[in-house]
Amino acid sequence: MTVLTRHRELGLTDDEYELIIEHMEREPNEVELAVFSLMWSEHCAYKHSKRLLRSLPVEGGKLLLGPGENAGAVSLGGGLACAFKVESHNHPSAVEPFQGAATGVGGILRDVFAVGARPIAILDSLRFGEVERSARSRYLLEQAVAGIGHYGNSIGVATVGGEIYFEDAYEQNCLVNAMCLGLIDENRLMRAAAAGVGNVVLLFGARTGRDGIGGASVLASAELGELDAAKRPTVQIGDPFEEKKLLECSLELLDRDLLVALQDLGAAGLTSSSAEMASKGEVGIDLDVRRVPLREADMEAFEIMISESQERMLCVVEPARVDEVVAVCEKWLVNATAIGEVTATRRLRVFDGDALVGDMPVTALVDECPVYELDPVAPSVSMYPAPPAAIGALDPGDTLLALLRSANLASRRWAFEQYDCLVGSRTVRRPESADAAVLALPGGGAIAVSIDGNGRRVACDPYRGAVEAVLECSANLACVGAEPLGLTNCLNFGNPEKPHIAWQLIRAVAGLADACRALSIPVVGGNVSLYNEAGAGPIFPTPVVGLVGELPRAERSGRLGFVQEGDVVAIISAGWAPAATGSELAKLRGEAPFGDLPQADLGELRTLHAAVRQGVRAGALRSVHDVAEGGLAVALAECCLAGGLGARVDVGPLGPSGEALLFGEGPGAFVVSCDAGSLRAFGGAAVQIGTVGGDALAIDGVLSVPVSELSAAHAGGLASLLD
Amino acid sequence: MKIGVVRFPGSCDEVDALQAAERVGDAELLWYADHDLRGADAVIIPGGFSYGDYLRVGAIARFAPVMEEVERFARCGGPVLGICNGFQVLCEAGLLPGALLPNTSLRFLCRQVGVTVASVDTAWTRECTPGERLSIPVKHTTGRYYAPEPVLDELEANGQLVFRYAPGENPNGSARDIAGVSNKGGNVVGLMPHPEHAVDALTGSEDGIALFRSVVGAAAALAA
Repeated sequence: MTVLTRHRELGLTDDEYELIIEHMEREPNEVELAVFSLMWSEHCAYKHSKRLLRSLPVEGGKLLLGPGENAGAVSLGGGLACAFKVESHNHPSAVEPFQGAATGVGGILRDVFAVGARPIAILDSLRFGEVERSARSRYLLEQAVAGIGHYGNSIGVATVGGEIYFEDAYEQNCLVNAMCLGLIDENRLMRAAAAGVGNVVLLFGARTGRDGIGGASVLASAELGELDAAKRPTVQIGDPFEEKKLLECSLELLDRDLLVALQDLGAAGLTSSSAEMASKGEVGIDLDVRRVPLREADMEAFEIMISESQERMLCVVEPARVDEVVAVCEKWLVNATAIGEVTATRRLRVFDGDALVGDMPVTALVDECPVYELDPVAPSVSMYPAPPAAIGALDPGDTLLALLRSANLASRRWAFEQYDCLVGSRTVRRPESADAAVLALPGGGAIAVSIDGNGRRVACDPYRGAVEAVLECSANLACVGAEPLGLTNCLNFGNPEKPHIAWQLIRAVAGLADACRALSIPVVGGNVSLYNEAGAGPIFPTPVVGLVGELPRAERSGRLGFVQEGDVVAIISAGWAPAATGSELAKLRGEAPFGDLPQADLGELRTLHAAVRQGVRAGALRSVHDVAEGGLAVALAECCLAGGLGARVDVGPLGPSGEALLFGEGPGAFVVSCDAGSLRAFGGAAVQIGTVGGDALAIDGVLSVPVSELSAAHAGGLASLLD
Repeated sequence: MKIGVVRFPGSCDEVDALQAAERVGDAELLWYADHDLRGADAVIIPGGFSYGDYLRVGAIARFAPVMEEVERFARCGGPVLGICNGFQVLCEAGLLPGALLPNTSLRFLCRQVGVTVASVDTAWTRECTPGERLSIPVKHTTGRYYAPEPVLDELEANGQLVFRYAPGENPNGSARDIAGVSNKGGNVVGLMPHPEHAVDALTGSEDGIALFRSVVGAAAALAA
């Protein structure tokens, strides 16, 4: 293969290659071409999304660290900060689900401890094809869940929440997004900028091997094809024990103030970590690849530069502190090797022993990748085929049971029991006990976190679907009494070079931006995963939103289940207009995801969420649950299931009891239970509809189903599809 | 009264155990590579994945330098508690009878379970009442207690079965619903459930504190 076509193999266009020659003032050699191909990949350079991302609000409130650092951070008050980020590992998981998901968790953990924070919680957002029909999707689900558990459990970070949905659109291209949160003293947040000419660049952690070579360009920046087995060597292999030592070692190094800068090695390995550190610090870096400890002795220079071997960190150290750094690494049984130094050249120079094998301007690598305009065209018909109808005309009771049994709404117990949700002794609300996970903080307060993104609804209406993802997380936080502090997002889309995908992406980002502005939530950073499509077409556009908030009194955290016989059941709502479009029921009925979603008045909903939050904080609401997938009837059933108590309600005061009211979806409503007197504070927003008690969910004139039957449908759902 | 909590590479629950111990007295982490228990009156081998669970759970940690001191301490009657991975380590070290095998589901399982106290004649259960039911979480892949039938009979006869899963709540297929056992002296106890994660109602249960309270009394009795 000649150099003339080599760049295409590596995912660069002819024009991009010309531009590289311009910046280099000569043809790049093999090492340089490999480095450029990674730095200019979609995964590293965001070349199709950078312009859009600039529209997201990235300031204000309690933001401490915004986009561009290893992880974002917000202030929790009292000198404490929370660092967090969500990231995708979609294509590796589609090729090798156990290791793909495991290393997805490993990567996001490193992002968080790279800023100095101790990781305290993991959440995950997963999408697969229809497990009822697809053996491959069952395999992917089982392996991905096992991989997440393997890594998170072994490293001792609690997996406290997440979401899993199944749609045909994810059959060939599953999604595995992982989010991590960490805690740190806000004065000790670490940045990744290299500094101090003459300082030592030190690599520590696992040895470097051939695993994951080309992951960022080959896997993360192109569509998946038929021969994906051949890509298996591009998937990294995770070792949580190595990462556990690396985590403790990194935090001790930071605690002892031994480091000038710290950066994790993720996608594009040594290449992107060194280039980005140099870029942020406006310096140059010289590296000698021959000093890198290798797993396989005969690796070439370019392979060492682009390897994505896991569990490695890069740091900058003053020469006088190197011995101390090495001693701490030895204590934790971690390899540490000086591999280079900080220079004033603003060039990334790669040496192989004495030979200079690569010499590139840092700005060209990091900042000069061309950024592309998208060419959006709205589709006039659904881009996705209608799913096969799973149910026909049923009475409302059977419809409710069908929904509770469906893969998307059935209990996630099968999955979350495979995760340690307790380690750290902070978990105040475990999965299925509340709408958001709650983690206690020193001093009596707590943080709450939720992750959400409904691809089917975004497929119907990318703008409103994305708005709903933010609203859903905000509503989840309100349910436990938490106020949002910051948001991270992962934009999972198809090929943005295709006009309909470009349209989805533009509309969805506009929705995220508008919702964040209206709710005054800064975006602290995130990740973009494009080219999620294969022969059968694109995935549903899936912006996944992770939202972190705080509440002053952990013991007042809201619960979702009915707890006390005789409590009144009420709906607290604003502008709630549930409709069939894009709903779980529409899917079960075999309707294609297409058409406008209900409009949301963001100002009104912000007020509503604040009122609910206040009610929870005041201890006035004994249970709170947001009405979401499956609509009002499913929300009521979930309240019964979580509390083990029935309820008798009359939905008459809410409007005609048709399917739209019972099973329609749209933002803006909560099911609460409380003393009758507690409702007064909500004025006209609250409508009393019934009473907690008995052993059935009874909706007057509509349905009556014993809680035991609801439970059998819901609890058995997912596990029965798998075993 | 000081409780030492051993930290191996790969330990995960050592800080939780430390903080639980601090609710009843002084507590300190003990480094795996030191031949030193730092004057602890009781020792906890915590949960986690020591040495990544490589080779076989607990098999490498059992040879860590600190374990020589733990063994000496245990053989002199010092109170030692192994939780989850710590239980596995104590079985590997021969300080407790039996072995832990993979769960029948072959999966990791995290769940709050009911655990009944079958013996109060140990250093770690003397403050409990016989038959008392505790709500404590389990979280493990390798927690199925196994010993040959004659050994189980002997343990039962000796009162060495300390904890049992409540009827219907055995999460892993353990023989005779065994959740925890002791040595003959009752000073060394191991259990799969995590009492250190059950010391505060805010995070689910405070039933596990009974074990920590018990050892304070045991250590005082030992000193007297």
